[in-house]
Amino acid sequence: MKETNGEIKKMMIILSKATLENVYAAFVLANGARMEGIEAEVFFTFFGLEAVHRKKLAKLHVATVGNPAMHIPTMIGGLPGMEAFATSMMKKEMEKIDMPEVPEFLDILSASGVRMWACKLAMDMFHYKKEDLYEGVEDVITVGDFYKKSEGQGVHMLFI
Amino acid sequence: MEKTIAGKTIAVNEEGYLTDFKQWDKSIADVLAAEAEINLSPRHWEILGYLQNEYKNEVPLSIRKIGKSGVVDIKEFYQLFPKAPLKTATKIAGIPKPASCI
Repeated sequence: MKETNGEIKKMMIILSKATLENVYAAFVLANGARMEGIEAEVFFTFFGLEAVHRKKLAKLHVATVGNPAMHIPTMIGGLPGMEAFATSMMKKEMEKIDMPEVPEFLDILSASGVRMWACKLAMDMFHYKKEDLYEGVEDVITVGDFYKKSEGQGVHMLFI
Repeated sequence: MEKTIAGKTIAVNEEGYLTDFKQWDKSIADVLAAEAEINLSPRHWEILGYLQNEYKNEVPLSIRKIGKSGVVDIKEFYQLFPKAPLKTATKIAGIPKPASCI
């Protein structure tokens, strides 16, 4: 603590979910770090991989079931089309506050110098290949590799 | 707060942003840029001019808007103003720090 005076130098963000609200949380935090001159890296694992899967990244949804803050009863949230409806409502609000959609957001992160990694174990589990992923993802790495990249003072790790 | 920049007494806030744009001139920008370890090139000036214009037109600034400006892309913006580009560039331009998260 003494050496860096508590200054945050790098954010290591682990994204394990692909619901839109979680993906946005990770992206806003990564981008916000870069805007403050803080380094940022994102490790996509398990369902979080969908946020960088070329065929899926533009079609992410908000979760309408099991999310009390949505104020939609679980029974109704589970009806066909509810997720798509809630997602389109949310996207309209996002655009109003200048929030980019996922594909554009990934380009912004990439151009801003956010380093992106895919989890090897999850890639194997879902049978994804590196070519299936957004081009800004630098490499497929192990948890050990990720820890190695997180070494140093002023590095913070965040699991989403 | 007041600060002497390039031999002039300038009103600034606690983060060092000018509070009165009318006090800004190029010599002040040079000093503020030097404080941020940046040598202003013609390209920097172009971007500072763009930011000041947006401020005059009361357009809120964000990284996303910079990318869509047609003046500079995000990658080059980060190269020209390496640490916290939007914060640094607005400070040098003599305009308020943007309150954007994106």
